[in-house]
Amino acid sequence: MRGRLHPLLPSLALTAGLLLSGCGASSHAADEITLYNGQHEQTTAALVSAFERESAIHVNVRSADEATLGNQILQEGSNSPADVFYSENTPVLEALREKGLLAPVAPSTLAAVPSRYSSAQGDWVGVSARVSVLVYNSSELQPSQLPGSLLELSQARWRGKLGFAPSETDFQPLITAIVKLDGTAAAERWLKGMQANGTVYPDNETVVAQVNNGESALGPINHYYWFRLQAELGASAMHSALHYYAPGDPGDLIDVSGAAVLRSSGNQAAAQRFLAFLVSRMGQETIARSHSYEYPLRPGVSPAAGLRPFADLHPAALTPAELGDGSAALSLEQKLGLL
Amino acid sequence: MSTLATAPRSTSRWTRGWSGRRRWPLVSSLGGAIAAALVLLPLIFLVVEAQQSGWGEVERLLLRHTVAVLLWNTVRLTLACTALCALLGVGAAWCVERTDLPARRAWAVALVLPLGVPDFVVGYGWVSLEPSLHGYLAAVMIMTLSLYPLVYLPVAAALANVDGSLEEAARSLGLGPWRTFWRVTLRQISPAVLGGCLLVTLGLLAEYGAFEIVQYETFTVAIFTEFKLGFDTVAACALSLVLVALSVAALGGEFALASRGRSWRPGPGARRVAARVGLGRRRVGAMLALGAIVGLALGVPLGSLAYWMARGSSTTLPSASILSALTHTVAYSAAAAAIATALAVPVSTLAIRHRNRFTLLIERLAYLPMALPGLVIALGLVAFSVRYALALYQSAFELIVAYAILFLPLAVVGVRSALAQAPPRLEEVGRSLGRRPAAVWCRVTLPLIAPGIAAAFALVFISSTTELTATLLLRPTGVNTLATQFWAYTSDFSYGAAAPYAALMVAISAVPAYLLTRRMATVARIGAPQ
Repeated sequence: MRGRLHPLLPSLALTAGLLLSGCGASSHAADEITLYNGQHEQTTAALVSAFERESAIHVNVRSADEATLGNQILQEGSNSPADVFYSENTPVLEALREKGLLAPVAPSTLAAVPSRYSSAQGDWVGVSARVSVLVYNSSELQPSQLPGSLLELSQARWRGKLGFAPSETDFQPLITAIVKLDGTAAAERWLKGMQANGTVYPDNETVVAQVNNGESALGPINHYYWFRLQAELGASAMHSALHYYAPGDPGDLIDVSGAAVLRSSGNQAAAQRFLAFLVSRMGQETIARSHSYEYPLRPGVSPAAGLRPFADLHPAALTPAELGDGSAALSLEQKLGLL
Repeated sequence: MSTLATAPRSTSRWTRGWSGRRRWPLVSSLGGAIAAALVLLPLIFLVVEAQQSGWGEVERLLLRHTVAVLLWNTVRLTLACTALCALLGVGAAWCVERTDLPARRAWAVALVLPLGVPDFVVGYGWVSLEPSLHGYLAAVMIMTLSLYPLVYLPVAAALANVDGSLEEAARSLGLGPWRTFWRVTLRQISPAVLGGCLLVTLGLLAEYGAFEIVQYETFTVAIFTEFKLGFDTVAACALSLVLVALSVAALGGEFALASRGRSWRPGPGARRVAARVGLGRRRVGAMLALGAIVGLALGVPLGSLAYWMARGSSTTLPSASILSALTHTVAYSAAAAAIATALAVPVSTLAIRHRNRFTLLIERLAYLPMALPGLVIALGLVAFSVRYALALYQSAFELIVAYAILFLPLAVVGVRSALAQAPPRLEEVGRSLGRRPAAVWCRVTLPLIAPGIAAAFALVFISSTTELTATLLLRPTGVNTLATQFWAYTSDFSYGAAAPYAALMVAISAVPAYLLTRRMATVARIGAPQ
């Protein structure tokens, strides 16, 4: 009988220890900032260590997916321990901006990247970019069969062949782009066609994997998912390729990763310095080298080998700020029952 | 034979001592109050947020065809999985605890482990095995295979504790083995079976894994859309109230079923260890069935881990940080399991030994965290602590408390079903001999409910090791657990690098599962003829 309670005893001791050691939130020193990181952890780790070497400012990193962090910051409000928020997409930054939770970014930082990729109000700065493309299974489809426009994906010939992730943050900008360029009615027609044609997957990682193994023939994703899958599986295991939309097509969108300083931060100077570093030449080269396969936004820094040069992309004339917080696209998806 | 239900009525009010003096259960009341307060924290958050929502918005979100479809998906998934989990859980537990099945301790460990496999690994394993797997039936199969341990563990603990003399009496009165099981054994373990089913039901209401694994959309998907894409906590909380309503229905249903029969042992004397059934030629069939469960529930995901490690180009020897992640995971999970179990004891004691409307309400409340998305509970703690306890915000203590709240329902089921089996008359005898209540509890009650306590601890520990949502929100800045590291690597496609973390999660889940089997060895020793 005595042996049975055994597992309880060490844990009670542990609890006591943790109670004593775990309390006490970190207090802010001038040479320390807290970063809420919704960007890929490995890229951020490389950026942070380069920044710490250069500035002697210590960065406490909390990583989670950007939506979780966005909701967390909304709840924390003026008590947020975060100084900087670095996210993979811009809608979450726009949502925080609308609530007045972001501080203006230093003008010199904004000037380092083309202004169309940052907040129109100057509340967040664009750091790196991805391009929206089609991934297709190369044993099922030839490049000549592929559509030039995102809008064609709703045609009946793709019935049962399409895979897409309507709940992904990358998907709403596509809807918003169609709304802005062709109107709400066109966007609604397109979504209905997608719904009829496609298999719904939970995320873009699944879309690219399912196209690669032939379960779906093609699907809309951001380019870097395919490059990351290739990096993990090796080129020999890739049975898929990327297809770029025709220039100016609503599908041909640039999605941006951005960063912002929180208005509640007690350490604005150090936080602004971190943002400046993200768009500095050193920061941008770190991103290019980090196997995240994103495009650095600072002019003159080249992306990872294998990527189509940024200058050769001819995206639709919509800025991330114009794409907004995605709420209109979301309502449309909810109305049609995609979400 | 009315022996099963003839518990003395006097125990249904506040306990009377042998002398007839009413005794207020001070310690239990205190523990119950703490548990209720902790559970109410996220619920209050939910209600406060939801009531900021205008009816128009709720109407727009709720009265849609999609929502009807999602709710129907949720309900039919929940019903089918609960029934199947009951079947698998009770069947497997009976084979392991009550038959002469070979290698019982190995089976006992393997049958629990699917609980320690992260959803993502399960999903990946199945998708690589059969990419076209999606839809209702796939969701039923996969969710059953990952959730049946919630029935298996409490039922196994209860089966280890049944009184063999009742079965012998039934057999001697001419009942066949099957009817004996149905009318005598099952009745004794019914609190554990119902409790386990309740966990499965509530867990499935808030289930998001089915969508992530096999693209089967349930109601939680609508809630997560509001969080993830709308950044609209108010709407998400309003929608979550629907889950609360569904779980109230489930809690009421379980309560009605459980109230139909009490099942504590009759006599004042010691129980007889129940005899094991010789399987004979059916042994092969039982082994094949259990092998199929373990192979599908554990083999498929572990297979994908092995494949990742062998094939993934990101596979490296894990860095020293894996040790730190392991230590944190074990420390947090063990502490949470200890707290949740410690809270489950007073909650169950009040509900069973001091049954009244108020104590039953506390016990029912304690199940609610199971039916809410982890994100709602974690955000509730965020909202509370940034306002009223900033010093605790994102501390190890807060994370442990979050785990304890999230998994309190698991602990309550484990402890409650054991306590329901323990005859109160033994405690009364102890008190009649002049022992103080604390001494009676330690010397009489605790040994009786020890298997339930151990099962409760194991359930909470294993569930905490794979917890991700609350961990991401509440962990101390800079601290990694196995689950957060695994998540960071998989979201970067670095499956090879992620695999060791998942393997470790399964491995440490094996520790409490193995410790539980030591009880089997003890029982076997006691039960052996002298």
